[in-house]
Amino acid sequence: MEDRFLELFRDTLELDGSQIDLNTKFRDLENWDSLSFLSILAMIDEEYDVIIEGNDFKNLITINDLINEIKKRQK
Amino acid sequence: MSFKQINNVWVRGISACVPSFIESNADLAILGDLKEAEKYIESTGVRQRHLVKDSGICTSDLCFEAAIKLIKDLNWSPGDIDCLIFVSQTHDYILPATSCILQDRLGLNNECFCLDISLGCSGWVYGLSVISSLMADGVMKRGLLLVGDTTSVTKSSKDKSTYPLFGDAGTASAIEFSNESNRMVFNFGTDGKGFKAIMIPEGGFRNFYNSGSLVEKEAEPGIFRNNLHSILDGPAVFSFGISKAPKSVNSLLGEYGISKDEIDFFVFHQANLFMNEKIRSKLKIESEKVPYSLDMYGNTSSASIPLTIASQLSSQLNSGSHRILTCAFGVGLSWASAVFDVKDLCCPAVIEI
Repeated sequence: MEDRFLELFRDTLELDGSQIDLNTKFRDLENWDSLSFLSILAMIDEEYDVIIEGNDFKNLITINDLINEIKKRQK
Repeated sequence: MSFKQINNVWVRGISACVPSFIESNADLAILGDLKEAEKYIESTGVRQRHLVKDSGICTSDLCFEAAIKLIKDLNWSPGDIDCLIFVSQTHDYILPATSCILQDRLGLNNECFCLDISLGCSGWVYGLSVISSLMADGVMKRGLLLVGDTTSVTKSSKDKSTYPLFGDAGTASAIEFSNESNRMVFNFGTDGKGFKAIMIPEGGFRNFYNSGSLVEKEAEPGIFRNNLHSILDGPAVFSFGISKAPKSVNSLLGEYGISKDEIDFFVFHQANLFMNEKIRSKLKIESEKVPYSLDMYGNTSSASIPLTIASQLSSQLNSGSHRILTCAFGVGLSWASAVFDVKDLCCPAVIEI
């Protein structure tokens, strides 16, 4: 799941050049803005059928945090 | 699950009125340079908004003009109107109810049922359910549903998370009892746990207007507002919208055995293009059936569904029979969906004052 998620994450934000990995703090990415935020929420909904509410999203820092949150909610 | 079916009542006409002043988002300094502003316009779908600005125009003034036009075009007489419901969160006064003031301004008789309802984005659908239920036994024959907001007044012009999205509009819908009308069906929902996602913190009775209410603070980096300005938690509203709106539509269609193919137009609350398109794609509806008025008017809160019908569908609905699904979602958090049929809908061009 991790590799697939990284690929989806990269595609969603069109991060062609940037290096990202599981420990990347996504808010620190160049060009991260409110639309990036909504695009990631929508991608997670589309691909994993999981909706992370805004308040819960605030506690998630790294890409790995997102993956763990999806896994937790899929159970 | 909250569902409702109403027989013998139909929507005869829908009209809308907006202030003539237009503000273009490409010219807004808070959105950054032109390139950034264009990116904003592309994702939200909001190119311009009609605003009351400093004109002193209230929601009730916009609704009044829309109502006068509709009464005239339908050849109704004001004295024949038995009930008036005003749905808004930008009323004239703390008290009395704006519907009472409108009863007199419109020249309706004193035997008229008048009621204010406080709801925002979901307001038109709720209002339609209330007025139609009221009229379903056939004692009251003609009703006016006046719905709108001037939410621009409640936004800080230094808050790019809210200000460029919202426009002002007032609408009127003419509702009539008829033994020959088809049913209207509704689905409703509420999640008050999310009440802080869209709110004006002070000026009500929980947090009364006080000496600090007008003090402007930096709420987030680069975003300034005071406690009488409205807050919008975009991501929270987005998660809510893309989850509840499709569910509400599907459960309504399922409950009453209506297929998507039977619906001619799906009119959604105009939140923003990015969110509305996610909802549309989740529901797998072709874009031809989903009109938008965001481009010209922005998000007009409770007015957005009737304004979209009046501005985008008027020529199609003026003649013939059509089945419309509406779905509205937002402040509350509150949502509702409805399916109803119209026949030769009286739908004049949008008025500007």
